[in-house]
Amino acid sequence: MLVYVLRRVMQSVVVLFVMSLLVFIGVYAIGNPVDILINPQADQEDIARAIKGLGLDKPLWEQYLVFLQRAMTGDLGKSFAFNVPAIQLILERMPATIELATAAMLIAIALGVPLGLWAGLKPNSLAGKTIMTGSILGFSLPTFWVGLMLIMVFSVYLGWLPSNGRGPTTDVLGIPVSFLSWAGIKHLVLPATNLALFNLSLVIRLTRAGTREALLQDYVKFARAKGLSNARVVGVHVLKNISIPIVTVIGLQFGALIAFAIVTETIFAWPGMGKLIIDSINVLDRPVIVAYLLIIVTLFIVINLAVDILYSVLDPRVRLADARQ
Amino acid sequence: MNPPGDTPAASTEAAPLPARTAEVPSVGEEPPLRRLVTEFAESGLALFGLALFVLILAAAVLAPVISPQNPYDLAQLDILDSRLEPGARSEDGKRMYVLGTDDQGRDMLSAIFYGLRISLGVGVTATLGALALGLALGLIAAFAGGRLESLIMRIVDIQLSFPAILIALILLALLGQGVDKIIIALVAVQWAYYARTVRSAALVERSKEYIEAATCLALPPSRIVFRHLLPNCLPPLIVVATVQVAAAITLEATLSFLGLGLPITEPSLGLLISNGFTYLLSGKYWISFFPGVALLLTIVSINLVGDQLRDVLNPRLQR
Repeated sequence: MLVYVLRRVMQSVVVLFVMSLLVFIGVYAIGNPVDILINPQADQEDIARAIKGLGLDKPLWEQYLVFLQRAMTGDLGKSFAFNVPAIQLILERMPATIELATAAMLIAIALGVPLGLWAGLKPNSLAGKTIMTGSILGFSLPTFWVGLMLIMVFSVYLGWLPSNGRGPTTDVLGIPVSFLSWAGIKHLVLPATNLALFNLSLVIRLTRAGTREALLQDYVKFARAKGLSNARVVGVHVLKNISIPIVTVIGLQFGALIAFAIVTETIFAWPGMGKLIIDSINVLDRPVIVAYLLIIVTLFIVINLAVDILYSVLDPRVRLADARQ
Repeated sequence: MNPPGDTPAASTEAAPLPARTAEVPSVGEEPPLRRLVTEFAESGLALFGLALFVLILAAAVLAPVISPQNPYDLAQLDILDSRLEPGARSEDGKRMYVLGTDDQGRDMLSAIFYGLRISLGVGVTATLGALALGLALGLIAAFAGGRLESLIMRIVDIQLSFPAILIALILLALLGQGVDKIIIALVAVQWAYYARTVRSAALVERSKEYIEAATCLALPPSRIVFRHLLPNCLPPLIVVATVQVAAAITLEATLSFLGLGLPITEPSLGLLISNGFTYLLSGKYWISFFPGVALLLTIVSINLVGDQLRDVLNPRLQR
């Protein structure tokens, strides 16, 4: 187990290293680093000083080492637009994104598992078919357009829910969150629903497929033969056995949620990392772009690593297969 | 097999990509093309999807002919007609705007036809590019083996562990806007799916007898790969490509909506939707709504066709 974890950590470090190299090449070699890292409004003298200060007159490999060194110490430059360190700016916005992604995930699970169970238990009923058709729509509908439609229906025509921002936030351990006040929850509902749609469909499909498969297994037949109630057979025996794939996919999808939050945050003006990166790209605030890229890549590597390790804990066969290699 | 098989194939495979099936030489004893066509036609939903897609494709190709106005010819626009509701008549009373007008007084129906052109064009071009790149790298991986194979497949693994939108966003943030740039980004995002599919198909096919026979005949490797192996790797690729066209169109629309994809001069459906977003909040829904419906119909029709193709081309489901 320890060997497996160590090897996965090593792999992650390599990936992170390669990614930093790619971002470096993207920013420093393809683009003109002077344009990217120095405020275009600076005058000639400032630019000359900044080129020296950033070491842009040195050979490329040396620049990469300096870039790495600075990145390690968390120094990725200051935002042109806000004049604060880029890293700090992103970390400030991160809780909003994580709150949104978590809310979306909870919605997807809380609705998806029961709906999927229903569709799996009664695949030929009208409700079962409706649920499945709905889940196909959830896959096909472009997220951003659904977001617009949600705003149109619930904010503009019905006027039930606000369409932008986080609303009032409450501080928990110094981190502002929305879900503790009624107004905050009202602000959270639409964006979280929008973000949840894709995963909701995914959870429905996984649960349905798992349920249909499990119902044919001997242990379910045996449980029924023992005379257990339907609720117990489904609630304990079926649900337990279909939970592993669901947990895995949910874990893997969390990273995707954070990525897709870029779209949802832009539509609902949710002040998270995703909106920040779009705004930064639009005003060419490049230090923030570079910092965002490195942070999101790191985040992904950590999530992928965590899911892999969790998976091998949940399913011992994975570990065995790996050890045999 | 050849002359009778050609016509139904041509009508079924209206999508630019799957049209290549028509050229696939039949290796089996049964007439596979005719079987495919009959099996495909078994699903009413898939036929509906195909019909819808052909209609959309026709609207896109014929946009200059069927549009009530040229939405980008400023001489034809009347600013007094801006933001009219669907069904409203123009200021001079000469024409009716079936789907309303946008803030420039542009007929939405015409804008949608022209937008479809751009969206489909970008989606299909990107898919073809990704297909070519993925095919080449996948075949190289399957045949070279060793270090090169593990390098290519490791890149594929790593890339597929990141969401497509994130990679496209990173690339566009570095490259900037433009039709060529979004196509590069889409190709970079999608090639990995094809590479993986081609490699696994090629590995399976390579160990079969007909390849062994071809090798024994001392045919040149290029002939074995392109005439014998490749046609047999196509079915799974066609399925992936169909689904990926829809994915590419969605991704382009999303990126354009975010303001990162196409420039204003190339108004795809995503840009039209984005343009209407500001007016949505004041209740002028049609500027965003109808381009969205067009986008949705395009994606759903492609997916319906793709779903049925997957069932038809899956050897495990063959009756």
